[in-house]
Amino acid sequence: MPQITFVEPDGTRREVSARPGESLMAAATRANVAGIIAECGGSAMCATCHCYLIDGALPEAEALEAETLEFVAQNVQASSRLTCQITVTDTMAGIVLQVAPR
Amino acid sequence: MSVVIIGAGHAGSQLAVSLRAEGYAGAVTLIDAADALPYHKPPLSKTFLKDPAALPQPLRAASAYDTAGVERRTGMVTAIDTAARVVMLDGEALLYGDLVLATGARNRMLPDLAGAANVHSLRDLADAMRLREALAQAQRVTVIGGGFIGLESAAALAGIGKSVTVLEAAPRVLARVAAPETSRHVQETLTGLGVTLRLDWTGQGYRRDGDRVTAVLGATDDIPCDLILVGIGAVADTALAKAAGIACNMGILTDAHLRTSAPHVWAIGDVAETPHWQAGAALRIESVQNATDQARHLARLLSGAEPTPFRTVPWFWSDIGPLKLQIAGLAIWADRRVMRDEGARLAVFHLAGDRLMSVETLNSPADHMIARQLLESGRTPPDAVMVEGAAALKAWLAQG
Repeated sequence: MPQITFVEPDGTRREVSARPGESLMAAATRANVAGIIAECGGSAMCATCHCYLIDGALPEAEALEAETLEFVAQNVQASSRLTCQITVTDTMAGIVLQVAPR
Repeated sequence: MSVVIIGAGHAGSQLAVSLRAEGYAGAVTLIDAADALPYHKPPLSKTFLKDPAALPQPLRAASAYDTAGVERRTGMVTAIDTAARVVMLDGEALLYGDLVLATGARNRMLPDLAGAANVHSLRDLADAMRLREALAQAQRVTVIGGGFIGLESAAALAGIGKSVTVLEAAPRVLARVAAPETSRHVQETLTGLGVTLRLDWTGQGYRRDGDRVTAVLGATDDIPCDLILVGIGAVADTALAKAAGIACNMGILTDAHLRTSAPHVWAIGDVAETPHWQAGAALRIESVQNATDQARHLARLLSGAEPTPFRTVPWFWSDIGPLKLQIAGLAIWADRRVMRDEGARLAVFHLAGDRLMSVETLNSPADHMIARQLLESGRTPPDAVMVEGAAALKAWLAQG
């Protein structure tokens, strides 16, 4: 299981074992990562799983994710991602995501 | 000081953890009838049905309740004494400082079909497990009701190779919740997925074989079926409140602060019938957003915040096969609409005179997200800007 690091709003680094096939949001929720609310359960409705990719690479955002980020979220940066829209793969091992402030 | 919450759906679970986040210092007890970690309900009519191995998706980890010092109890509450401030949980008396009713809603069932072995409805995990298990032995599925649950399920089931027929009494699907243009797009998509739609359907009864229903009889033809899914809406679970003498209408009546007619008793989520700022009347809203926003609002009140009326822009979504239907606001009172139909995307703006009330979109998240901000601002853009596109709306809103 790839290890993903989430940096919580207070700076705490949390290493999470993600299961290939689940979303990055689901992995974070399971580990109770602070700041990942994931209210809509992965439907790109609430943007409460918004993170910045600060180390590593991810596949490019599809239209649903990109538009939602562009039109909803506060504090959007070039590295912004909705973690509910990203399916975990083994190649994601080692990436670091910082939970975005709201 | 203590809060007892009855019902651990989206509303109850959110309230339990939000109380602590807001600094509430007393005991928090969360009572649920089912012994399961509270879970997301929307996926039950979509991904969960399609994948026999899919697990329920917890709203939050078990550790989130532990960290917040929430005591989770499983059992049935059988009575409330609002004078003594006691609830009876499977024979045990629990005292409360404040009591929150988050008992949700239960599905309507057609009386003729109640109890039949191959008739299903879909609301909670137990329903979804039972349905998913039965689907393994069913090929022809008849969905009664062309609302959100029925259509989401129909699309999901067509996607795993079932022969699906949807029976709808109205001349179009989603007739009560969406514009005719939206219905038309949804109908075309469902038909494209292989779903048979029977609109203007008038049922003439059922054919039975023992405890199973083998066909739905229509005015001109019969629809044979292996399994029936009934999706005709829900009624609020008010029994406990009514028995305790708490005022109810369609739901448990609350004021704008979510207070019921009994002191120290509150209601949130699907069960609450609460004055709505857009409607100018009390409404019961069934949605994840309403449940969690009411929960957070009540958490602030119970933690000592200055009372303010509950007021949020409602939003809803429905994933029907490849379509993402998103709705912001309530189209109640709307008398005209402005449309942008780009084929693959649709945006419908509902207005009451010159005031924007609601926006529904298909596969256009940008419009949806900007619509929520527009409704929050109370401003209504010129028709031409709505027709132009989401980027134009965003620019118009930013002008202030």
